[in-house]
Amino acid sequence: MNKIVNKQHFSANVVKLEIEAPLIAKSRKAGHFVIVRVDKDGERMPLTIADSDVVRGTITLVVQKMGVSSTKLCNLNVGDEVLDLVGPLGKATHIEKFGTVVCAGGGVGVAPMLPIIKAMKEAGNRVVSILAGRTKDLIILEEQVREYSDEVVIMTDDGSYGNKGLITQGVEEVINREKVDMCVTIGPAVMMKFVSLLTKKYEIPTVASLNTIMVDGTGMCGACRVTVGGQTKFVCVDGPEFDAHQVDFDEMMMRLSAYKDAEVESFEHFKPMHNA
Amino acid sequence: MERRNEAWREELRTAMKPKERMAIERVKMNELDGEYRSKNSEEVNQGLTMEQALLEAKRCLDCPNPSCMQGCPVSINIPTFIKNIERGEILEAAKVLKQTSALPAVCGRVCPQERQCESKCIHTKTGKPAVAIGYLERFAADYERNSGQMAVPEVAASNGIKIAVVGSGPCGLSFAGDMAKLGYDVTVFEALHEIGGVLKYGIPEFRLPNNIVDVEICNLEKMGVKFIKNCIVGKTISYDQLKAEGYRAMFVASGAGLPNFMNIPGENLIGIMSSNEYLTRVNLMGAAKSNTDTPVLKGKRVAVIGGGNTAMDSVRTAKRLGAERAMIVYRRSEEEMPARLEEVKHAKEEDVEFLTLHNPIEYKGNEKGRVAQMLLQKMALGEPDASGRRKPEPIPGAIETIDVDEVIVSVGVSPNPLIPSTIEGLAVTRKGTIEVGDDTLQSSIPTIFAGGDIVRGGATVILAMGDGRRAAASMHAKIQAGEI
Repeated sequence: MNKIVNKQHFSANVVKLEIEAPLIAKSRKAGHFVIVRVDKDGERMPLTIADSDVVRGTITLVVQKMGVSSTKLCNLNVGDEVLDLVGPLGKATHIEKFGTVVCAGGGVGVAPMLPIIKAMKEAGNRVVSILAGRTKDLIILEEQVREYSDEVVIMTDDGSYGNKGLITQGVEEVINREKVDMCVTIGPAVMMKFVSLLTKKYEIPTVASLNTIMVDGTGMCGACRVTVGGQTKFVCVDGPEFDAHQVDFDEMMMRLSAYKDAEVESFEHFKPMHNA
Repeated sequence: MERRNEAWREELRTAMKPKERMAIERVKMNELDGEYRSKNSEEVNQGLTMEQALLEAKRCLDCPNPSCMQGCPVSINIPTFIKNIERGEILEAAKVLKQTSALPAVCGRVCPQERQCESKCIHTKTGKPAVAIGYLERFAADYERNSGQMAVPEVAASNGIKIAVVGSGPCGLSFAGDMAKLGYDVTVFEALHEIGGVLKYGIPEFRLPNNIVDVEICNLEKMGVKFIKNCIVGKTISYDQLKAEGYRAMFVASGAGLPNFMNIPGENLIGIMSSNEYLTRVNLMGAAKSNTDTPVLKGKRVAVIGGGNTAMDSVRTAKRLGAERAMIVYRRSEEEMPARLEEVKHAKEEDVEFLTLHNPIEYKGNEKGRVAQMLLQKMALGEPDASGRRKPEPIPGAIETIDVDEVIVSVGVSPNPLIPSTIEGLAVTRKGTIEVGDDTLQSSIPTIFAGGDIVRGGATVILAMGDGRRAAASMHAKIQAGEI
């Protein structure tokens, strides 16, 4: 069950895993996520599905080493199994022919963006993908993104690859030169916040996929709650995608820090033992 | 009731005069000391000794029309099991329990007996405390479990009909047990990584040890019930796929799900969470143990909002995780509290403070966004409301500020939309609960039945179990009649 059949390193801290999960591979759509629990003492960790292969019966996850749980998952090898895997969860991305869609993905956020890029393209949209990262090594899945995009713009903070600058600069350039009908953004919360502020200025409808803290992931705990348009919503069952212009990103970022102290402490304890 | 006429029963009845039976004092549960237990997760109630149980069983008058049974949602034959205890046939008593209850060791621990069976006991009519039916139930179930001679209920020959159950909480388990007894091929699908639902993620170890739940689940497995974890019907596998795989009918017992919040300012500050989140972290994920990866905030000044069993479980858990001040904040008075009397008593013995007639209206945070204070509106009781309880009304201007660093919101749950939203044509109420026939528990789709909190919107373990039993009987009748 849940056996890892393929593993690829995108960079020292970012890993792509292909995991056996035939039922999920069959039923998942763009935007869905899964909950992974690596071992019996492990946390339940939400991860958005990057791809699936119905024939092989596998799903693809892209994981960045951040703390104990993600590092445990990244350290697994081909042939290993994760103890628990459940999904697909959340609501699928709303796909239709909008016209021109800008897909703005930062860091590992490009992985969950990939199926959306694919689906938007297949629905007949012109897709402009903007991939951003601090430095060249952190730009992932470029080749696959190119396959389904009409145009790809790369932005790095240090200028080591593509254009030098932030993702918002890349998005704004596109907006200034052509009519954009829709924007999708996935990445760190602060990045999504600024992409959202930008597109709000230009009144371009924008969807953000939120990566909040979750425990069960099935609507039971409410840990993932965010304020959207003044109302409390649960990312796991109402999302993970929301109208970005309505999301209270500041509150979301604050809530993401809830267990920071505990996480840092347990990671410090974990590192020497697992060579992380 | 025919068992009442058996010779041994008549002999027992005449062996002691009712007056003598009535004169025996009600047994007191053996409990761990409040100070000691509030620092660990050991089970608080230690159960009765054999001697205590035999004496308590004598208090039962073996009434010709036992009203206690009307108070039991799963219709346990109460006098028959108690009289078996009195004559020392404890294993026989356990068998009687298991005829109608899939989880006697659980019910003996978590049922609100004072509102059900015990509230109807003949003793209460003379102003005396009821026979301790719950304690005796627990005694018989525990005795059997520890005897190494646990009886697996008789299962009819397989009829080869496949039945799916969604959710492995008390409702799903009780349904599965009854259907297995009738010879059905039952598979239970569970979304989480553990079987047991609220019995595992919700009710703490100090009130219901997990190993007791596991023994009951193991018993169901011995009866042929299959369990599939990490599988969400409607998401991982659709109802149509299940039908294609040959499932004749499905029972939805997916529970209540979504926690309610009060929508007051500051409620999304760090350190404010639902009781579902808090208890799931501690009970299901083992967050309080050092070897697990899931974190939990260990507040020093913890307020729990609400007056139900879940609120009591949360506040007592907070105490065990090191809270110096653990408070219940409840907008009505203690009299209206929905929690079991025993839970309130235990919480008080563990130094939990009760701020009744207080209602939170706002939370304030520190510079890091962590909750630091709660503002409480003081209340007074007015006229009875729709629930029959006196309605709490704010006392103008009476607002109190209390320092807190963790708040657990335990003000009820709403139905989980996961299942209802994925099955086309399934009728739901305005509240999001699944609509079913009162007696049949059959939904708008004839092959789908539902019960427990996904129908009731938030109730007790025993009512959920009662639904499971009724649904099994109803589904069986309809299958036999060839209707589905």
